[in-house]
Formats: sequence, structure tokens, C-alpha cells
Amino acid sequence: MIHDQADYAREDDDVHEPLLSEKDETTVDVREASPLPDDLTREELTLPAPSEPEIARHYTRLSQMTWAIDSGPYPLGSCTMKYNPKFTEDVAADPNAAIHPDRSARSAQGNLELQYRLQEFLGEIGGMDAVTLQPPAGAAGEFTGIAVAKAYHEHHGNDRSEVVIPASAHGTNFATAAMAGYDVVELPSGDDGRVDVEALEAAVGDDTAALMLTNPNTVGLFERDITEIAEIVHDAGGLLYYDGANLNALLGRGRPGDMGFDVMHYNVHKTFATPHGGGGPGAGPVGVVDELAEFLPAPRVREAEEGSGYEPFEPDNTIGKVHGFGGNWLVLVKTYAYIARLGDEGLADAAAKAVLNANYLAERLDLDVPYGPFHHEFAATAGDRDAADVAKRMLDFGVHPPTTKWPEMVPEAMLTEPTEIEGQSSLDDLSEAFNLAYADSDEALDAAPNRTAASRIDQVAAARDPQLSWQALDGE
Amino acid sequence: MSGTGGTPYAPHTDGETAAMLSAIGVDDEEALFDIPDAVAFDGEFGIEPRSEREIRAECSRIFARNDDLTEFLGRGHYGHYVPSVVDHLADRAEFLTSYTQYQPEVSQGFLQALFEYQSMLVELTGLPVANCSMYDAATALGEAATLADRVRSTSGDVVLVPDHLREAKRAVLSNYCAGADLTVESYPMVDGNADVDALADRAGDDVVMVYAENPTVRGCIEERLAAIGDLAADADALFALGSDPVSLSVLEEPASVGADVVVGEAGALGLPTAYGMGLGIFACSDEFLRQVPGRLVGVGEDAAGDRAFTLTLQTREQHIRKERATSNICTNQAWVALRAAIHAATLGPDGLVDLANDCVREAAALADRIDESSGATAPVHDRHHVREFAVRVDQPAAAIAEDLEAEGFAVHAIDEHLLQVCVTDLNAGRTDDLVAAFEEVI
Repeated sequence: MIHDQADYAREDDDVHEPLLSEKDETTVDVREASPLPDDLTREELTLPAPSEPEIARHYTRLSQMTWAIDSGPYPLGSCTMKYNPKFTEDVAADPNAAIHPDRSARSAQGNLELQYRLQEFLGEIGGMDAVTLQPPAGAAGEFTGIAVAKAYHEHHGNDRSEVVIPASAHGTNFATAAMAGYDVVELPSGDDGRVDVEALEAAVGDDTAALMLTNPNTVGLFERDITEIAEIVHDAGGLLYYDGANLNALLGRGRPGDMGFDVMHYNVHKTFATPHGGGGPGAGPVGVVDELAEFLPAPRVREAEEGSGYEPFEPDNTIGKVHGFGGNWLVLVKTYAYIARLGDEGLADAAAKAVLNANYLAERLDLDVPYGPFHHEFAATAGDRDAADVAKRMLDFGVHPPTTKWPEMVPEAMLTEPTEIEGQSSLDDLSEAFNLAYADSDEALDAAPNRTAASRIDQVAAARDPQLSWQALDGE
Repeated sequence: MSGTGGTPYAPHTDGETAAMLSAIGVDDEEALFDIPDAVAFDGEFGIEPRSEREIRAECSRIFARNDDLTEFLGRGHYGHYVPSVVDHLADRAEFLTSYTQYQPEVSQGFLQALFEYQSMLVELTGLPVANCSMYDAATALGEAATLADRVRSTSGDVVLVPDHLREAKRAVLSNYCAGADLTVESYPMVDGNADVDALADRAGDDVVMVYAENPTVRGCIEERLAAIGDLAADADALFALGSDPVSLSVLEEPASVGADVVVGEAGALGLPTAYGMGLGIFACSDEFLRQVPGRLVGVGEDAAGDRAFTLTLQTREQHIRKERATSNICTNQAWVALRAAIHAATLGPDGLVDLANDCVREAAALADRIDESSGATAPVHDRHHVREFAVRVDQPAAAIAEDLEAEGFAVHAIDEHLLQVCVTDLNAGRTDDLVAAFEEVI
């Protein structure tokens, strides 16, 4: 297996593709050009002014030095890289939908209707009673959900200071709880990789505002004791928060609302195939049970009386806003289109194939997988090899490696999530890349990667002396 | 693809599925699910699958229910013409369908594009550090407040914001502040600008951050930024300035007026009008480098000694630092930042400055014409404006806005007798008609 990534190395100055600023720098005298008085303007502006053909080549070259799900397998555990159907782009690009958010409700009925329909879809899928579409990413959804939980407790006169989070949870859970002003109580994992119910009982109490839980968890295990977990948290007066990162594994087979969760966020990229765009935009809608609906951000959308269309409304005890407007609209449109394309059976089949693929891939690996039975993802261990080095070697074989060295309960973890979009032959190739890299010599691993646009990058050195702009490079 | 009803985006034939199940050693897919019966779902969502063609037709029908209005709307969300080259390059699948650049060796292209975006913001703000993006202007402002809370040693807990501030932005800020036990207070405005004397009286030891906007939400150019910067510095408070990249290409450079942090909305570049979707700017001085929220791209070297790009200073971030992270943000608006950078490159500094100057001239010209011909007063604040301005009417503003809508125009009603009008290159060709409509309804 060999795969060479496009590279545009220029040997005379040791750069790949030159920066825009190295292609052109143009300075404009702003004060000469401006109708404004001089004391209100800057003196000059210096930026690249490349021609359109140069821009087209520059960004095309950059794109060719970028791995994507359309390039090949991208089994990053917990990140859920699956194919993004092309037609959703065209649906979102409808010029009639490109309206300003401050329009009157009566002149924006189309967008309001789509928002309403998507709220309904998501409510059904999660088993939740009310949904807001406003949070612009999964982490923003977490922040919204925890803020809603906090508002609920305050409304009922409960002063609670702690959020309980399993050690294996996503880093965002901890950061979210802290941002919302809570102390974090970390719950150690049980021997079987799941929540230790006795440890949970000991950890929750009068100060517990919520337990944040991912299910299946970050090594793909379903929390079989979820009913008991919910009882423990609820008996203590706390709320149960569902981190939707792994909902793709449950579609059509389990709903957070039926498991006792009170509030959840949906990762529309991870579950509903909206493109990740190299780091966003995402969307992190939040669903809640009836008791929490009055605290959701404003506005939500409902059917107006007497069949007169749709209207935005402010929940009675709303936490206010979590985005300046209504969130990442274009992403929400793509979410709607994907869900409508798959329907009930397609969604359930996506979960089935995602779980089938993870199990088939694990079966073919020479690496051990310490915990099971897992669902859509698994954490293999690289044992006495360095997981990060194995990952770098995999890059030479035309696949993206899994998430490495996380979660920490698996030593030298390689958290792998192939998703439903890989077929058998693709999974066979992927397993070969794993096995070749895992068995390769120390020298080969140290030298890897060498068929990529850049060879191994010294990230530690880059962080020691941060250069964050072309101006910083010029200043050397 | 398996039989009818499966996802169209899984390649498995029935034969392959059977072979894979057999390799695993189970009879069917259901055997792979470890979900107790008590919590298993056996109901239906009731979502009928549709074909691509059907969904496109359905959504097209739905969106056609939006009225066909000419929008003169702004207040934080701006539409400018986006050149075709932006769509075509940004839509390349390598950009659109990639993930965060955790393996930099195969992600050099996107990393370089984000590095270039950061550099453009460094030029526009004069500040040495700009991150890859925040969600939007409002959440960026919230992050600025929590940054202030972390870096300011004063015992203060007050964030001062202008009285003319988008209400939703203030609401977002309040939610970010709540977790850090900060409170938000407004300072007054005089004729569309900050009341610097009142602000000087208020700024004291209890203030951790002073926020100002240039232009303000009413489109006024803020004329005494340096004075605001000075009094923030005297109070040992952070000075955060809100703006956008089009305005910044001609207005005073934030660093030159003492801004510690610049936040704002960069979606004015690269994004068409998108129902409020945005691109948050976050730039700051070197002093706060290790307290910055969000992602940063830096330069390093690869093993061959070639310049290479990588995400850097990741120990600030949630996946490493957990509850001690600077923020919970991870996914941001990277692809929108790419679009903004391509748009800025396409315009070049000449094009950016021309666009900003047109926003100044068009706003002044339209305000004059509304003022002269319709009996309304515009601009309400006797200032220089960018893109937008307030209009005073004797009648209830909401009723006038409704009447204008019936004439095919959308404007803001912002107070009992105040409208707001925003003009850009997209609607400048319709100003004659808007003026005529004003005459008609007033």
C-alpha cells in the first residue's frame, strides 16, 4: 500500500506552497482614498492582492495538501467522519432561504417552517419534548444544556454546585461545566470500562446539579445500568445530561429520552452528516424534557394559531441567547435534508452499518481491543508501540489514522470509528494499514510519515516559539 | 446497498453484509447491539425517506414561502456581494469534508489557509495574535469577558458595554458572564457615541472590561476610541473593541487606540446573507497568548527542514486541559474563515478599502435623501456612518416598517419612533425605490 499526497515543495527556500503574502503585498494609502476625516481612519492597509488565476491555483494547491473524507478512510474515533451527501449543499444554497435574521416573522415563513420541522425531527429522534436549534456547535450545545439545567435548579430554589463527569468523557464536558460555573467531580471508570454505579452513588448528593454522560461511551460501550444511573441521579435531585457525540450508534434503537436523560445535545456533524469544513461550522441543537422547556434559549419556533403559519416565541423562563442570531443556519438546513433523505429505516440502517463496520474492522486487527461489546467505535491498544508513531506510519498507506492516546483508560489507545460509509474492501484496506504500521520497525515508525505533503512536524518546537502570522515570520 | 429502506450512503451489498457478520461470528446486525430491553426503542420516528429530487423540491417550496423583499437590514449581520471564486474554491471537497487538523502532515493546505486568515486579521487589527475563529461576534464578546476575568488581577466583576448594543449580543454576553460571576452594565451614549465623561466616572477598580464598537450597532463611527482605551487602561480593565473586517480596512487600527482584544463579525466577508450565521473574530495582544480561547495555527518545521503549519498551544484547549481549559470551544467556523480569506484575497486591499468607502458614502447619501424627501430625520445621530444609520419618524416606527414591508422593503424598527436602514453593494441599486417608498408611507 502506497499513497503519495500532493506536495508543492520549493527547494530554494524550503517551503511548500508560498504564502499569499509571499506572492504579493500591496499597500493602499487609506487616507487619500477615504471620504472620512483623517483622525477617524488608519493610514494605510497592506495585504496581498493576487489575481484571480493565482488565487484559484493557490487554494487548489492547498486543497490538494488536505486530507478529507472524500479522499479516503478517516476513522477518527469520537469525531465521526462520514460522507456528506452533496445534494444537501444545493438545498442549503437556495437563494430564497438567504434572508436576514431580523425580518418580520410574517415575511420569513419559509425559514421558520424549516426550523419547526427540524425541531420536530430532532425531538422524535432523541425522545425529547422540546428542542432549540440555536447552539452553533456541539460544545455550545453542552454549554446551553448545562445553563438550562442551572436555570432549572435556580428556579426551584436549589443551590447546587457540582457536575459529575466520568473520567472517560470528552474534554468538552469538563470545560463546559467549568464555564457554567460548576465544580467538576470526576468519576473513575469501573473495571468493565463503564460507569461504576457504587462510585456514582458515593459521588452524587445534594450538591449535584447534573451527571453528564455519553452513551455509548467513548470506547463504544453501552451503559447497561442506565436505568439505575438515572434513578440515582434523579433521587439526589440532579439532572441527567446526554452528550450526543455518539448518538449515531443508537439511531432507531435507543432514545436518550427513554433512558431517563433530561437534556441532551445533538452533534449534527457526527450524527446527520453535515460537513465539518476543517473545524466548523457545526450545530449543536439541544433537546429537553417538558420540565426544562421553559428555560430554553429564545426564540424557539411553534405553529401559530389557526393555521396561520409559524411564529418565533420566547420560552417563559428562558436563559436568553447563546448565539447572536439563530445559530448556524446553513448547517441546520443540511441536517434537515439528511434526515429527510434517510427517514426512519435509513437512520436505523446507518446505526446498524456503523456498528457492523466497527466490529468487522476490530475483528481484522492484530491489535488488542480490551473492552467490549462495543458499538460504533472501539479503542484498540498499540501495546508496547507508541500509538502516535503507529498513526504517523498509517498516513503513508493512504488512510487517516484513528484518534490516538485517548481515552486514557486504554494504554496507547487508538480510538477507531469507521462509520457506516466504508464498505468491506475499504475496511480490509484500512485493517491492512493498521496491521502493517503496527508491525513495522521502530526506524520506519520514527521516520514516518514520508509520503505526505509534509514529513513529521515538530509540534513541541512550534509551541515553544509560537509564530502565528506572516507578520511574525517577517519579523524574524 | 442493501435492500430498500437502508441508508443510501453505505456501500454494503447484502452479500458483503452477510460475509462481514460471518467474520464477526454473529447472525445479524441486531446481535451487535448491547442495549437492555427496558430502554430499547421499538417505535417509529414517523419520518418518511425521500429521494434527493423530492427533498430539493420540498425545501424549494418551503423557502419560497419567504416573502421576496429587498432588505435594508444590518445590525450585526451584513450581506455583501460574494464573488463566485469564493464558492467554487471553498466548496472543493478537500476543504469542505475535512476534519480539524489533528494530523498536520496531511492537513498542510487547510492549516496554511487558516494561518493566512489569522495574518489578515493581524493586519486589520494591528494586534499580533488572531485565532482561527469563534462562532460569531456575540460569543467572541463573551469569550473576551471570560479572558478579562482570567487575566485581570483586580477584584472587579463588572463588564461595561455601550447602551447602544444589540440586545441579543448582550444576552449572549450575560450567559458567558454568569459562569464567571461577572455582571454586565451599560454606559450611556451621547448622540450615537460613547459618553466618555460618564464612562470615566464609572470606570473604576470594579471594572474588568470596557467594550466599545466601531462602528456602533447603529452604524456610527466611534470618535473617541483612544480616550476610551486610556480610561480602560487607567482602571486596569481590558479594552475590547468590536468591529468587522470591511470597516477595519479604513477605520482607525484597533491597536493604535489601545485595544487589548478585538472581537466582531467577519462573516461580512465570504458569507452571503445567511439568516444570522456568522464568523467570530478574536484577536488580542501577545500578553494573553496563553489565555486565548479557540484554535491557533502556528509555523514549525518538518523533519526535512521545510516550513510546515500545525495547530499550536493546544495545552490551552479542552481536550488536554479539561476543566482548566481557556474555553470549551473546539469546532469553530473554520470553513467560513477560509471563505472570508478567499474573499479578502480576491478584493485585495484596494478592493476592501473601496468597499468600505462605498459603505460610508452610500449610507451618507441615502440618509440625506430620506431626510430631504420624506419628512423623516436621518441620520438621527450627526456622525459619520458605515453602512447604516437610524431614522426618526413621527409615527410609530413599527407601523412604518410594516408599511414599507408592504411596499417590498425590510428595515429595522429599533425603538418607538426609530427605524434603522442599512445599505451595502447588494441593495444600493434599489435606494431610489426605497426613498420613494418612504415618501409613500410617511
